[in-house]
Amino acid sequence: MTDDLMQLPLAALHAELGGKMVPFAGYAMPVQYPAGVMAEHLHTRDKAGLFDVSHMGQVVIRGSGAAAALEQVIPMNVQGLAEGRQRYGLLTLPGGGVADDLMFANRGDHLFVVVNGAMKRADMDILTAGLPDHEVTLLDDRALLALQGPSAEAVLESLVPGVAQMRFMDVRTLSWSGAELWISRSGYTGEDGYEISVPADHAEAFARALLAQDDVLPIGLGARDSLRLEAGMPLYGQDLTAEITPVEADLAWAIQKIRRTGGDRAGGFPGAEVILPQLDQGPARRRSGLLPQGRAPMRHGVTLFASETATDPVGEVTSGGFGPSVGSPVAMGYVPADCQAGTTLYGDVRGRRLPVTVTDLPFHTPRYKR
Amino acid sequence: MKYTEEHEWLDDNEGVITVGITEHAATQLGDVVFVELPEVGATVTKGEEIVVIESVKAASDITAPLDGEIVEINEALADTPGLVNEDAEAAWFFKMTTTTPEEMDGLMDEDAYKEFID
Repeated sequence: MTDDLMQLPLAALHAELGGKMVPFAGYAMPVQYPAGVMAEHLHTRDKAGLFDVSHMGQVVIRGSGAAAALEQVIPMNVQGLAEGRQRYGLLTLPGGGVADDLMFANRGDHLFVVVNGAMKRADMDILTAGLPDHEVTLLDDRALLALQGPSAEAVLESLVPGVAQMRFMDVRTLSWSGAELWISRSGYTGEDGYEISVPADHAEAFARALLAQDDVLPIGLGARDSLRLEAGMPLYGQDLTAEITPVEADLAWAIQKIRRTGGDRAGGFPGAEVILPQLDQGPARRRSGLLPQGRAPMRHGVTLFASETATDPVGEVTSGGFGPSVGSPVAMGYVPADCQAGTTLYGDVRGRRLPVTVTDLPFHTPRYKR
Repeated sequence: MKYTEEHEWLDDNEGVITVGITEHAATQLGDVVFVELPEVGATVTKGEEIVVIESVKAASDITAPLDGEIVEINEALADTPGLVNEDAEAAWFFKMTTTTPEEMDGLMDEDAYKEFID
């Protein structure tokens, strides 16, 4: 099954841990371990989970004026980002849609950008075309691990002293066993935690050192998806696509004032003509939380109707499943922008119209150390 | 006990056949979070999708293993879907009678099923 898939640095460790490997973003990736998705999810919320996210793209941008250059392709305030800090960003398209979402950090003499695994080649095309005077490098010699959960701080501090002092969205370079770690206090679970870029040749030893701690279990992609869904975070390819604008995706908060109409560096990014007016006027549809009223999960692709008999859909579920911490099905999707929280819509599940309540996100309130 | 290639187990007790899914199937599905059962009295046709199981991973179906009628359903599963993962051999889904009892003979026995899933 995994013959023509690329292998990541921790492939042997995943096999040893009993990881069930599936194709994801062109790599063989662990979807779950023997504990199972539900237990892995709950363990992450309760203690700490270790995720291998080495499929993601780690990109370094060097050269003078790199921050100003990156502002040509993303509608974020890059120049105002202090050294040692990280921010959420979006690569936008000329039509106003989203090419990918990403994290970018100011690491002093360079910018460090982390992008989705499935999109990293396409993202590199956008970045190298948009920043022709800068050195844009997709790293292939570093793994990326995420340690998430309330025990993450104590666990990582015991191996890498200094991380406890970091605040949410801080980035630091620290060393472990002679290896240079690039650490950010961030994640994709709604829990406090860290994402750690580690040299590939140290990745297994570092992962083993983390797993040797009592509170740490390995967590697969299955639980990563349910954790981020409960935390209200969009998944590129489902909740965010080339056809959805950042404003529709309820990500307007990620576009700082300085890049908006009237700001000192307003516009100047792909799709500005679409996105900036939409910021002022509001979108016709927006990403929203959806709570199925029954027990049946509503998954990606379920169409939403205003009533049990209406013939024209008003929206669609883009992510959905069972929320282990919520204890019921949870979903997110696109609904008319004037659809208030508390509104009942009907999802078409196997030919039946089942009620679902439009609700604010997230389902699980994040516990970050700000 | 008899087994189908759809990973169902069938236990024939004097013409009333209890149906569940095998431990192998439950493991493959992962944590079951939702079960939708057929109605008591429903007439079913072999191969017809009559039960929906949703796990944390995906939705899947159980098909009627034989032609016949549903005579009882396990309401406990609707309330506590995780029973399937706790003990798949005990967590039956429905009981049915069949108009084609001779088809039971064509199903796998335990040894044949074990070979089938290896």
